[in-house]
Amino acid sequence: MKRIQLGPFNRVEGDLEVSLDVEDGAVLAARVNSPLFRGFEQVLVGRVAEDALAIVPRICGICSVAQSAAAASALADLAGIEPPPNGVLARHLIQATENLADHLTHFYLFFMPDFARSAYADRSWHAAVSARFMAVKGAAPGPVLQARARFFNLTGFLAGRWPHTLALQAGGSTKAMTAAERIRVLALLREFRAFLEGVLLGDSLEAFAELAGWDALLHWADGREADFPLFLRAAGDLGLEGVGRASDRFLSYGAYGIFSAGVWQPGMAVESLDPGRISEDTRHAWLADGPALSPAAGETVVNAEKAGAYTWCKAPRYAGQVIETGALARQLVTGNRLVGDLVAQFGGSVTGRVVARMVELATIVPAMERWVKAIVPGEAFCNPVELPESGQGVGLVEAARGSLGHWLSVKRGRIERYQIIAPTTWNFSPRDGDGTPGPLEQALVGLPAGEGALPTVQHVVRSFDPCMVCTVH
Amino acid sequence: MKVLWLQSGGCGGCTQSMLCAEPRPLFDELRDAGIEFLWHPALSLESGDEALQVLEDCAEGRRPFDVLCVEGAMLRGPNGSGKFHLMAGNGRPLTEWVERLARHARWVFAIGSCTAYGGLSATTPGNPLEACGLQYDSDSSGGLLGAGFVSTGGLPVVNIAGCPTHPGWVVDTLEKLALEGLNVSDLDEFGRPLLYAEQLVHHGCARNEYYEFKASAEKHSDLGCLMENLGCKGTQAHADCNLRPWNGSGSCLKGGFACIACTEPGFESPGHAFQETPKLAGIPIGLPTDMPKAWFVALAALSKSATPKRVRDNAVVDHTVIRPAVKKAGK
Repeated sequence: MKRIQLGPFNRVEGDLEVSLDVEDGAVLAARVNSPLFRGFEQVLVGRVAEDALAIVPRICGICSVAQSAAAASALADLAGIEPPPNGVLARHLIQATENLADHLTHFYLFFMPDFARSAYADRSWHAAVSARFMAVKGAAPGPVLQARARFFNLTGFLAGRWPHTLALQAGGSTKAMTAAERIRVLALLREFRAFLEGVLLGDSLEAFAELAGWDALLHWADGREADFPLFLRAAGDLGLEGVGRASDRFLSYGAYGIFSAGVWQPGMAVESLDPGRISEDTRHAWLADGPALSPAAGETVVNAEKAGAYTWCKAPRYAGQVIETGALARQLVTGNRLVGDLVAQFGGSVTGRVVARMVELATIVPAMERWVKAIVPGEAFCNPVELPESGQGVGLVEAARGSLGHWLSVKRGRIERYQIIAPTTWNFSPRDGDGTPGPLEQALVGLPAGEGALPTVQHVVRSFDPCMVCTVH
Repeated sequence: MKVLWLQSGGCGGCTQSMLCAEPRPLFDELRDAGIEFLWHPALSLESGDEALQVLEDCAEGRRPFDVLCVEGAMLRGPNGSGKFHLMAGNGRPLTEWVERLARHARWVFAIGSCTAYGGLSATTPGNPLEACGLQYDSDSSGGLLGAGFVSTGGLPVVNIAGCPTHPGWVVDTLEKLALEGLNVSDLDEFGRPLLYAEQLVHHGCARNEYYEFKASAEKHSDLGCLMENLGCKGTQAHADCNLRPWNGSGSCLKGGFACIACTEPGFESPGHAFQETPKLAGIPIGLPTDMPKAWFVALAALSKSATPKRVRDNAVVDHTVIRPAVKKAGK
């Protein structure tokens, strides 16, 4: 048995190290290390409650708005209020812009360049894939950056800027969209739709969203000239629909009023979400030991010299079970048929995770168009908020890469406790107190590794679209 | 010009922001300006050992490069060990890598306020992370590399401060350097490039009419000036955010929320709630840069007494309720 350390594991958000025990060219066991500690939960303690809105976006440069939304929801929960309809729509739009831009960034800049590696030089698709997706220098990154930057112009209108906006408040949004801006935002959405349909999918969003199964997807992709079908060609050749299975239990907090919340397990009806069943374990993190705690009572106390620890990431569990979260989980829980069929046939996989992101691009952009039309200029975007001096609040939202929760407790107007469970904390969690490995640790077992192995490990790790800076908040 | 990029105690948001560069796609623009990434953690193909080889060659002086860009605070803790961020796959503190690489870089850029001054990571009570900037510890010079540090190109650390940085601040500074070099005279007292830091956020603010008449917003989403009640520091913060729009047409003020002066050292701990203006006897404590307090008070009283009804009424609602009057010909 040989142990190899993979790092810096780049083209993820933040720093990542993966340690593999390898025997006979295959992974026996994997350990995932988040090698950076940030300490935001401590930064927040003692601050005025509303200060969370200025601080938490800065946990993450790629899911900054999701962090804002979770804090705004937690404060709204604390105050027992809701934003007005325009405020809800504005928040959906800002959050969806970030989520969809993240899906695009992930596919083109983080995930696909690995298929351009020389290890695949003998494959029939390699020349086409390298020409499109080679890191920085391929033909795709330029137009993708342009489409992404233009799409983010939505946040120029709705949130002042991205990342790190203060527009999202407990009572709604600080920015009331004008009638003129509404027209220009619709034009930006048309521009983004044209990119997705012309370059990424090679079909209308609606036609793609109608696909209801794996066979239908393969038939649809056959001979189609666009970037996602090109991925399917490479992934099909490599059999990635059967690679990268984790625990096959999936969690979603629900999003936008169109994706439902719940827990999905094979062969069972979707279980309704009970946040009281979430706990975090610190056994293998460089944090003080103790029983697994609900985040509402959680602690983050550094113990950098702890024996047996190998990461700064806690191990969140749902009802004691290992859980995967992300676009795949969201679409499974909400009953998307294409994603459901893929998981029914193969379990969670590299291909399944990528397909689920495409499903979201195809279904959320039309929803965004509807939200903009539903906004009524002149009506309120923000309700007044009176925060209680003491109390608790929970904010559960979906970031691009999965379920994000903020648990807040306030005493005499100041934050007494602030605990965060980010999507990648779930997906890249270490072993828990029972020694059960986290989702990625499970997904890597059995994969080819070591000298001369194909870069399969790279695909599996990046298929989760990890955000390490959130993980270690 | 070869750029080597490292990330440490930060959120990666300055890179994400930079990818929003407009009007041309970032990669095309940099390439045609003669600028290339030798390695960038979020963008380059090389991973693991391949990446470490690039970094090691640069740190040993075997592979020449021009600019070291660092994004994120330097985490020296716990107890000076640097263990809060060890380089993945290598196990050495990021702080050590930065010190080694900075010796061989012709220029060192701190990307973002975390890297320049320590930022939010440095604000935990007692600073257990032992976080600091490259050449500053909040507003005191020092930091990881020390007050006297000068890169081989003859400059102290260039602090492209901001949380996050505007894509243009980073791209323009790189392009200025590639075109004709950078001098100390191109930087302000905190090492910030004057190409964006000789302005104030206040300059070009779309709410200026409300400011002139001290017609102030009272609650979130109001159209009025955010200085008197909602914590805005645009009249003190050095940056061109309202002259150089964000994401096409935006700025914090256009988004309806206060400038929290994220380009200034110490912005993260203002000593008051971010979205409230601290006042003494009803007068905001943080007055505009270069303006004697007595003048401000006198002017404010005068302008308040002269505020048109349109401006006064529109200031406290979220959409225009009184439009500017239309003059008819001959009247």
